[in-house]
Amino acid sequence: MNGVRKVWPPLLMLAPSLVVLAVFVYGLIAANFTTSITDNHTAAQATGQQPTSFVGLDNYVGLLATDDFQHSLMNLLLFTGVFLAGSMVMGFMWAWILERPARGEGLFRAVYLFPMAVSFVASGVVWRWLLNSNQGENASGLNRLFQMIGLDALQNNWWNNITFGIIAIAIPAIWQLSGYVMALFLAGFRGIPDELREAARMDGASEWQLYRYVLFPQLAPVALSALVIIGHMSLKSFDLIMSISKAANYQTKVPAVDMFVFKSSFDYANSAAVGTVLLVIVAVVIIPYLWWTNRKENTR
Amino acid sequence: MSTTALVTTSRPAPPSGTVGSAVASRATWRTIRYVIAIFFVIIVLIPVYVLLVTSFKAPGDAAPTRAWALPQEWTLDNWKAAWTTLWPAILRSFQMVIPAAIVSSVLGSLNGFVLSRWSFRGANIVFAGILFGMFIPYQAVMIPLTQLMTGAGVPSGVPSLILLHVVYGIPITTLIFRNYYASVPHELVEAARVDGAGMLRTYWSVILPISIPSFVVVLIWQFTNAWNDFLFAVFFASSQNGPVTLALNNLANGAMLQNYGVSMAGALLASLPPLIVYILLGKYFVGGLMSGSVKG
Repeated sequence: MNGVRKVWPPLLMLAPSLVVLAVFVYGLIAANFTTSITDNHTAAQATGQQPTSFVGLDNYVGLLATDDFQHSLMNLLLFTGVFLAGSMVMGFMWAWILERPARGEGLFRAVYLFPMAVSFVASGVVWRWLLNSNQGENASGLNRLFQMIGLDALQNNWWNNITFGIIAIAIPAIWQLSGYVMALFLAGFRGIPDELREAARMDGASEWQLYRYVLFPQLAPVALSALVIIGHMSLKSFDLIMSISKAANYQTKVPAVDMFVFKSSFDYANSAAVGTVLLVIVAVVIIPYLWWTNRKENTR
Repeated sequence: MSTTALVTTSRPAPPSGTVGSAVASRATWRTIRYVIAIFFVIIVLIPVYVLLVTSFKAPGDAAPTRAWALPQEWTLDNWKAAWTTLWPAILRSFQMVIPAAIVSSVLGSLNGFVLSRWSFRGANIVFAGILFGMFIPYQAVMIPLTQLMTGAGVPSGVPSLILLHVVYGIPITTLIFRNYYASVPHELVEAARVDGAGMLRTYWSVILPISIPSFVVVLIWQFTNAWNDFLFAVFFASSQNGPVTLALNNLANGAMLQNYGVSMAGALLASLPPLIVYILLGKYFVGGLMSGSVKG
């Protein structure tokens, strides 16, 4: 840490950002919570023409008791589980095979990473078509491709399955973010000193032993970062679901979509409550992580 | 853990001074790596193939049976139609993204400098407080945010979106600059201080001149993020005044009759600016990714 100086000049420099964030992040989180504990469920109340009253945590209790919202939470869990597992496995594998300099390595990396530059809305356009649920004669998209390569049995309803449809939406998410995970792991591999490899080779370690016992353990912190980054993105997923499916579709709804639907129908209280639930879920993941990285930084 | 790893280019291969069998096993391993790598290139490019091929097909050609075939007749009609529909929105996206990226980068640079090289007691806590804003789900502020923006009279569309991308961009831009400046030698700042330079003077004459690479990283990051944003667009713009993501979504999902060819040409058009940035300035793009994630 740098020598500690007078507090005022730097704080003055930070002031515009701090004020703005105090209002737009912390102030609005508080305001949102305040709305979520009222009975603000109608357009008239939302526009202030009719009064609202305090109802405590009733909205939260009500939401968590409905099958509808439980289904959203279940979808979120399924989606996040598959998205995380898929992108971690793919990203790690890609990093592993590209980890050492080889001819064309740069091109491979560029291809794996490019989906990251595209918006979920744009990729949703093509994935909606690829994940078309028609089968047999009318099949297009991936179902048609399965027919063409003789894997007819793999044809399925994709995101139109009521219980597991959300998993189909995790496929484009994995497609889009595995390259990101790869880039993280590649940076991790590159951060390992060459001496470690050399020492292991001197000791007669095989390629597999070198990776398994020397290099992989070094990547644990990167893996944790990747899990947290992808995990929190997944919990907030909205764009992709909206562009492939629809807000009104029961089979693919998640809390972020519910928030939008409640808002659209001027049920501000429930909309705000869903937002707070989402914030709590994300905070449970993020706050320990921020604490952990901060501590690590200080002890170094 | 390195942070603003401005591109990890390949380093020289380690000297191979091992015995024959190890060399042979490494050659096998290399072949396997190539086979796997090429297989996944094909998988990753499948959606691109579909986008491209479909965007050149005439409406009748997009029948399910021919879903994976090349166009019977190549046509530019879809591209023309998509361009006619989307260009006003593309223009608005530029109007939104450029100021948003510049303003949030400047703020992030000032904050990052103060937090890393002109620090003060409690700076870490202030930084953590800023950083938290990067991770919150915006759904958790959306209701009061819409009320605040309406109440303050910020016009819907581009003006609202510029403001929001600046405000919610501050945490990430601060993070990237802070990590970058943390690698600047103390001596540079100290020397300026010994010469009697104050905070602003030090920033202006010492820090700013060496900030170009991180400005490129941050500008690209903000450009891409704001360009690809859909959530804020849905809540703070309409199809008449919104960015291209919103217009594209209306084009692809709104029409009664699905015209996949036009939608896919539109998706490609809407993706071109970030893709061009990625292709031309790829290493800075990756730099942003890294610093956007790994802290410390």
